[in-house]
Amino acid sequence: MRALTYHGKHDVRVDTVPDPQIVNPRDAIIRITSTAICGSDLHLFDGYIPSLEKGDVLGHEFMGEVVDVGSGAAHKLKIGQKVVIPFTISCGACFFCKKLQYAACDNSVPAEKADLGEKAYGYPMTGAFGYAHLTGGYAGGQAEYARVPYADVGPLIVPDGIDDEKVLFLSDILPTGWMAAVNCEIEDGDTVAVWGCGPVGLFAIQSAFLLGAHRVIAIDHYPHRLELARKLGAETLNYHDVNLQEALFEITAGIGPDACIDAVGLEAHGFSVDNIIDAAKASVKLGTDRPHVLREVIMACRKGGRVSVPGVYGGVGDAMPIGAFMEKGLTMKTGQTHVQKYMPELLKMVLEDRIDTTFLISHRLPLEEAPNGYKMFKKEQNDVTKVVLKPH
Amino acid sequence: MPKPHAAAGKAANKGWTPEGGAPLSGLYSATRTIMTLSDTAGAGPHVSRKEGKLEKRIAEARDWSNAEIVGRTITIDRPRAEVFAFWRDFQNLARFMENIERVNVLDAKRSHWVVKAPGDDSVEWDAILTEEIENEVLAWASAPDADIKHEGRVEFRDGPPGRGTEVKVVLAYEAPGGSVGKLIAKLFQKEPQIQARRDLRRLKQLLEAGEISTTEAPAAAPRAKH
Repeated sequence: MRALTYHGKHDVRVDTVPDPQIVNPRDAIIRITSTAICGSDLHLFDGYIPSLEKGDVLGHEFMGEVVDVGSGAAHKLKIGQKVVIPFTISCGACFFCKKLQYAACDNSVPAEKADLGEKAYGYPMTGAFGYAHLTGGYAGGQAEYARVPYADVGPLIVPDGIDDEKVLFLSDILPTGWMAAVNCEIEDGDTVAVWGCGPVGLFAIQSAFLLGAHRVIAIDHYPHRLELARKLGAETLNYHDVNLQEALFEITAGIGPDACIDAVGLEAHGFSVDNIIDAAKASVKLGTDRPHVLREVIMACRKGGRVSVPGVYGGVGDAMPIGAFMEKGLTMKTGQTHVQKYMPELLKMVLEDRIDTTFLISHRLPLEEAPNGYKMFKKEQNDVTKVVLKPH
Repeated sequence: MPKPHAAAGKAANKGWTPEGGAPLSGLYSATRTIMTLSDTAGAGPHVSRKEGKLEKRIAEARDWSNAEIVGRTITIDRPRAEVFAFWRDFQNLARFMENIERVNVLDAKRSHWVVKAPGDDSVEWDAILTEEIENEVLAWASAPDADIKHEGRVEFRDGPPGRGTEVKVVLAYEAPGGSVGKLIAKLFQKEPQIQARRDLRRLKQLLEAGEISTTEAPAAAPRAKH
C-alpha cells in the first residue's frame, strides 16, 4: 500500500510499504477513506518528538471502512462498517482503562518499547498511532490501510450516510478540545482564556461555550484564525498588539480568567525573551520544549483558577513560574485525550448539529500530495487551518 | 544538588535489594520491606554497593562462582488464584518470557526448560519446584546436575481493594564464562532487569488484555525501508 513515511526532519515521503495484517485476535484492518494532518504531526515533522524513526508511517487522525476483523473483535465490528479511529490505543481491560483513563492504558505499548516511557516519564506510555516509539511504534493512518489493535474498544461506529468530514475529527482534535474545556471545570459566570486558535483551540472555544462559559477570550497572532474564533463567539486578542497580562487584567476587571487553556504546546511562536532563549536552546539540543505559553498561562490565570494543558509537550522545560503557580493556588490538568471516553457523547452532538467541525477544513488533497500538505500546514498557518487527505 | 530523577531511577531498579540474607526467600521479604519505604529515592549509590555484597553472599551460599539477581514487581488486574494458576503451569512461561522456547512439565515438581540460543542452538535444563504455597508463593531451582545454576521465586499478593494481584518476581543465576555464559547472557539479555520487566509486562498484557501488544514489522506495523 501507499503511506506517508518519515525520513528525517522536514522530510516526509509517500512510499510503498507492506500491507498491514491481522496479527492479534482483537485487531481489525481499516481501509482509510479520510485522514488528516494534525498540528502535533508538525512537532514530528520538525523533529521535536523523541523516538521517531526513519521509515515510520505517520498519521493519527483517520477513519474508514472495516475490511477485516480478528476473532476477538468480531462481536463488536462487522466488515463494511464505517468507523472513526481514536488516536489513542487502549486495551479496555487494565486499571486505567477501567477508570476511563484510556490515554493512560497500561498495556497498549509493546513491552520492548515500554522502557522508553519508563526512562522519559517514569512509567510506560500508552499506545498511539503514528506517533513515534515512545507510544509503541504503531504505524499511522496517513496510508491506504491501517491495523487497529484492540478494535473492540477503540473504533467508533458511524451511522450510514454520514459524510466523513462531519465525523473525522472525533478521532483526536474534537475530543481533545472538549477535554481541554472539561478540565477547566467551568462554573457559571466563568471566563475561559484560550491560547492558540489552531484546531484544538477552536474546538476548545466551542466546547467551553457548550459547557457553560460566560466569556471565552481567544489568543493568537494569525488574523484568519482569530476571525474563526470570533465567529465561534470568542473575544480575541492578538498578542502582537497587546500586553496580554495587562489586557486580560482589564478585560476581566482585575479578577483574571477563571480558567486558561494552553492549546499551543511545545513550539510556541512569539518574541519574548524567554521564548528566544528556549528556541536557541532547542536548536542546539539543550532542551526540547519551548514552554513560553505555559508560563504566560500560569501568570495570567486568576487566583485559585484552573490551568488546562492539552499541549503537546514532550520533554523538559525550564524557568517555570512555580511561585505564581503555588502562591495563587492554581490547579493544573493535562494529558493526552481519553478519546474513547468522549467519542459517543460528541458523536451525538455532531449528529444533532450542536457542534460543527467542518468549517475548519481548508484543504483536501490526495494522499500522494501529503508531503506538500505538511509543508503548507507548517508555512502558511494563517490560511491552512486543516488538511484532509483522501487515500482512496 | 542531587539529581532526583537519576536517583529515583536507580532506586526503582535496585529497590528490592535486601539488607541481608542469602536465601531468595530472605531476599524476598527484605525486598518487600524496602519497597514499602518511600525514602529509597536518595539511596542509589548506597544501594548499589550493598547489591554487590548481596550477590557475593548469594553466590557463596550456593557455591556458585558468582550471582546475578533480578527483581521486579507488577500489578495484574486479575484475581490472585487465576494469576497463580497461570504461573504454576510452567509451560505458560514460554508465552510471555521472550527467550524461553518451551517448558515441559515432567511431573508435579520437575519441569524441563528449553531456552533459545543463537542459530538453531538451544540450552536445556531441569528445574525443580522448591516451594509452593497455593495462591501465594512459587519458588524453583535448577536441578543439581544442571549446566545452568538458576533460582526463581514469585510472590502473589492481593493489591488494594479492586486492584487485582501484585506479582513480585526475584530471579538469581550464576553467569559462568565461556559459551554457556554467552547463552545465559542471552537468556537475560545485557540488562537482566530490563528483560525481567519486559517479560512481566507481557504477562500482564496476556492476562489483562488477552493478547500481547506488538508492532513488529512488517505485518503488525508496516514501515518504509530506509
